[in-house]
Amino acid sequence: MDIIKSSFKHYERLHLNGEIDLHNSSVLRETLLSILNAEQHVLVDFSELQYIDSSGIAALVESFNVAKKQSLEFKILGACGSPLQVLELTRLVSVFPMVDSETCL
Amino acid sequence: MSTINKTDTPAKTVIETAGMDAHYGERQVLHDINLSVGEGEIMVIMGGSGSGKSTLLKHLLGLQRPSAGSIELLGQDICGLSRKQMLALRRNMGVAFQGGALLSSMTVGDNVKLPLRENTKLDENTISIMARLKLELMNLAGFEDLMPSELSGGMLKRAGLARAVIMDPKVLFFDEPSAGLDPVTSVELDELILQLRAALNMTMVIVTHELESAFKIADRITVLFDGKIAAIGTVEEIKQSSDERIQNLIKRKPRDKSVDADAYLQRLTAGGRK
Repeated sequence: MDIIKSSFKHYERLHLNGEIDLHNSSVLRETLLSILNAEQHVLVDFSELQYIDSSGIAALVESFNVAKKQSLEFKILGACGSPLQVLELTRLVSVFPMVDSETCL
Repeated sequence: MSTINKTDTPAKTVIETAGMDAHYGERQVLHDINLSVGEGEIMVIMGGSGSGKSTLLKHLLGLQRPSAGSIELLGQDICGLSRKQMLALRRNMGVAFQGGALLSSMTVGDNVKLPLRENTKLDENTISIMARLKLELMNLAGFEDLMPSELSGGMLKRAGLARAVIMDPKVLFFDEPSAGLDPVTSVELDELILQLRAALNMTMVIVTHELESAFKIADRITVLFDGKIAAIGTVEEIKQSSDERIQNLIKRKPRDKSVDADAYLQRLTAGGRK
């Protein structure tokens, strides 16, 4: 998994590439929590993410909860394929704010 | 063996047995089992009681060693693995036993979290959310702090499944998912099995007696009789099999109980006074 950080509008954008699983989900968790700790809004770009397991989903859930408590924005961009199916299976599509493309922001 | 031609076999093989025999003492219980299951495939094992389904499952799990032949799982010959190597391989396998097989001294939540605590260094917050996600999936939200003795049979089974998939295994083995469940829960479990496969591309081997469930979830079905593979095929191929035993199984026709008088008398009196 690669995590590429960049700025987009008022968000700190995390571009995820590859696969997130038990071996690397803690890196995603730490990255997300450190951005929120710096009180920045988060945009998690799923457009090139091929796979995410429950540990990756748990990192997103925990971070989203922190964001909510701090009144920070936390959005998921461009989810498709298997990662979208995982979000649907876990019914988190109705929890996370999801956006299809940058133009929606 | 009237083997039906395999169709739609996925490209990457996850489980493969070749010429596998199994014995309990001198009694041979599996004969020349040649089976292959592809990545993301749901293979259902069917057959009457005593046909060898559970024995086959135990061998695929590496709990018993075959007396002949080989078993490959995720590209590794499990008969040649050391205990440590087998433990490492098992991290990619989930097993849901018929009764749930939860540890009675732990809460439901701790049972579900156990594989993560034993096999990973994940943060406890992550572990808790993962367990709750799986309990939600199994319709067991809010039961985390109960003891297994406080759950019904169907709930135990679902909690066992939650534990089996907590690490999102590449391969899931499931013994009689629908047995003992009410019809609605049984249908929900079938849906869940299909969703898990779709979302996580999980390969599944499911032993079941339930025809309706098997026909709904299977990509292919293996039918066992007397420890031998009678047929392997898609649902349609199995339904159209010309094998009378398979048709009897599908139509739930009782086994032929006619008696060969000499053989029967021999069985009753063998070893007695000459």
